[in-house]
Amino acid sequence: MTDTTPLISARGISKHFAAIEVLRDVDLDLQRGEIHALLGENGAGKSTFAKILAGVHRPSRGTLTLNGEPVEILNPIVAQKLGITLIHQEPISFPDLSVAENLVLGRGDGGWFARVPWAEMTRNARALMDLLGVRIDVTRPMRGLSIADQQMVEIARALASDSRLIIMDEPTAPLTPKEVETLFGIARRLRDEGRTIVFISHRLEEVRALCDRVTIFRDGNKIATDTIGNLTDADIIRLMIGRPLKEFRHKARAQIGDVALKVEGLTLPGVFHDISFEVRKGEIVGLGGLVGAGRTDVARAIFGVAPATSGTVTVAGKRVSITEPAQAIDLGLAFVPEDRAAAGIFRTLSVEENISAAVPKQVAPAGFIQRAVEKALAQESVRKLSIKLASLRQPIGELSGGNQQKAILARWLLTDPSVLILDEPTRGIDIGVKAEFYDMIGDLAASGRAILLISSELPELLALCDRILVMSEGRLTADIARADATQETIMSAAVPRTARAGVAA
Amino acid sequence: MSAIQTPAARELPPARPRWQVIVIRPETMTLVLLILALFGASLLSPYFLDVGYILRSFTLSAEFAIVALVLTMVIIAGEIDLSPAANMALSACLFAFAQQAGVPMPLAIAIGLFAGLVMGAINGFMVIRLQIPSIIVTIGTLTLYRGLAQVIAGDKSIRVPDWFIGINTVLIAGIPLTVLIFIVMSVILGVVLSMTIFGRQIYQIGTNEVAARHAGIRSQRIKMSLFLLMGLVSAVAGLMTASRLGSVRYDLGLGGELQMVLMAMLGGTYIFGGRGTILGTFLAAWLLVIVSTGMTVANVLPAVQLVVLGVLLIVSIIATNFIYSRTQR
Repeated sequence: MTDTTPLISARGISKHFAAIEVLRDVDLDLQRGEIHALLGENGAGKSTFAKILAGVHRPSRGTLTLNGEPVEILNPIVAQKLGITLIHQEPISFPDLSVAENLVLGRGDGGWFARVPWAEMTRNARALMDLLGVRIDVTRPMRGLSIADQQMVEIARALASDSRLIIMDEPTAPLTPKEVETLFGIARRLRDEGRTIVFISHRLEEVRALCDRVTIFRDGNKIATDTIGNLTDADIIRLMIGRPLKEFRHKARAQIGDVALKVEGLTLPGVFHDISFEVRKGEIVGLGGLVGAGRTDVARAIFGVAPATSGTVTVAGKRVSITEPAQAIDLGLAFVPEDRAAAGIFRTLSVEENISAAVPKQVAPAGFIQRAVEKALAQESVRKLSIKLASLRQPIGELSGGNQQKAILARWLLTDPSVLILDEPTRGIDIGVKAEFYDMIGDLAASGRAILLISSELPELLALCDRILVMSEGRLTADIARADATQETIMSAAVPRTARAGVAA
Repeated sequence: MSAIQTPAARELPPARPRWQVIVIRPETMTLVLLILALFGASLLSPYFLDVGYILRSFTLSAEFAIVALVLTMVIIAGEIDLSPAANMALSACLFAFAQQAGVPMPLAIAIGLFAGLVMGAINGFMVIRLQIPSIIVTIGTLTLYRGLAQVIAGDKSIRVPDWFIGINTVLIAGIPLTVLIFIVMSVILGVVLSMTIFGRQIYQIGTNEVAARHAGIRSQRIKMSLFLLMGLVSAVAGLMTASRLGSVRYDLGLGGELQMVLMAMLGGTYIFGGRGTILGTFLAAWLLVIVSTGMTVANVLPAVQLVVLGVLLIVSIIATNFIYSRTQR
């Protein structure tokens, strides 16, 4: 504690990708034995900065000093040798290798043909796990472990190489509250040992509970660094978005009409069980729960991507059997999937073509594509949703995440759906664009559409929904009216009641 | 502590200029190579200045070129079919065997075509229903179909009736019929691929099949129809080859699948799907004919010819990948 040289000093760090500057002249000191939060909107530059520290990216300009010595962190291996480890949100590991093997990855001791010291490896791995106080069988393959346990393995890996700086990029997103507590306990112990932890998160309450200092990024600039106690939540939000956030408008209550979508006893063994609910016209029904609770699977089943094995779906009063999305679309359903890159966009195809993908009959009444009609439809969508682009013919992959998402929403609005299922529609989207999405969702309900909104963000559910359903471990555990909904009521229904096997104690 | 700057609005990357979109594409490379090949070949032999000579040379590859057009669509949809040449042999053998056994010609032809359709259906069934990668399936059926052809025909040639012989020598407006069929097929499939919803959805499936399914595109149906078309067109090509050669042996079209893949690749079709055009394959077919005929005229050893084709294939794949990675993110 007498040594006040920062562990790492960054001076004038800038980074651009192609012509776009994502980080501008960032100066930052990380002290020994502190937990330092990086906050900012998506795309503010916090993750880029973390990746520069970890050697994933190299800065375009600027210098880094470690313990007062200038260093160049060329790649992740150099970073590891310098004692810097980045822990990814979704741990990157080799799922078929054992925990012990994963712990020694990237440490090429010995030559190519050196004998693998299995016994020693296992012993060391056990010692590390004991040190962390987690009970994980180190001979098991990674595949079977929960995400929380996989993170523990990554942390153990950081300890194995005696890291002095451990960067955690949104580690808590996939964790249950109990797992988060365990993680925080370990983080505090590591800090008390004099290590430095960089913690990237969107959740202010977590930052407040864990961190000593915070640095706020906005649009590639470092805006401020301060002790957490000196800042209120409102200060932090103001610094993050550069303007006071208007309260999420509690949408004008739409006229709630007939049942548009009714689901009874929907079951897909091992994934979800006995799911029953209904969504009325003009109603926004939230579907909350932890990641992995089966919410997306229910949506996929209703839409026919991966149909349920039993149970019934009723659309506008008629019992239907939907075995593929094309049928769902004909029935007036629309589904904006969670994973935009994998299930939403056609990355290399034009924006125009992406927008018109679900309405072939509108752009080609006789099978032949009417370019003029397509262009008009796309232009109209771009105007209505204010999608920012250079040209309708540019590949959609060149647009920002928020604009890609708008294009996908535009695709579905062209089908004029009566039931709209939105799965994490605002994930990875800047706060400004988020607000636009909230307005749009409200307007869609007001125009008489039934909306099922899957979201992991509690404030989003609370602000938008008329009713909130909660799932936990494949079952519906609550149906909460707007008046009774609070973060606490939702979370208590979302948390599994029986301890799962393999969850860190 | 930090300068608070008003953050500049994040600028969008500008759209690529229109001329670049039109000019910088793999088909341009094919066209340039074609012109170079024509120029080089005409230096080797003045024959290459004679359109009739080039057309006659083309009849030797026309059957493969026709199948390559359909193969292009299969590859754009993200699949591959390596069995068409074996399909050509088996359907031609079945046809020849049947007519030799006294089956009336129209029925024998129908048998050959139907066999091709069934072979396509078998490929499609295994790829789409059983979810086996198409490269594995069609390597398997390539061996299977060729083996069956040998079982049926043995190692002797089966003659076809005289009137059936010589489709390649029928001239319409000075163009051999097989070449004309190729040109007409190119136009039809080119229109289908670029101007219809069916064609559009082939690209979408090849770009991202999961997203295509989510958008209500019946990808399985489209892929199945492509495999069926592939089977049928292969059988047609098999019968055309039988007509050109005048007899059928089990080794008809042996190794043709590589020429077909070469034509598609050389024409800028992206091996991982989602990109490519009929125009590219059309140009590449001519390029290939001129290069191989040119080498034959120049007395290049067959073994060396093979080396040149191999190099051409590799270069075309690298160039295509390079162009796509530079122009599209």
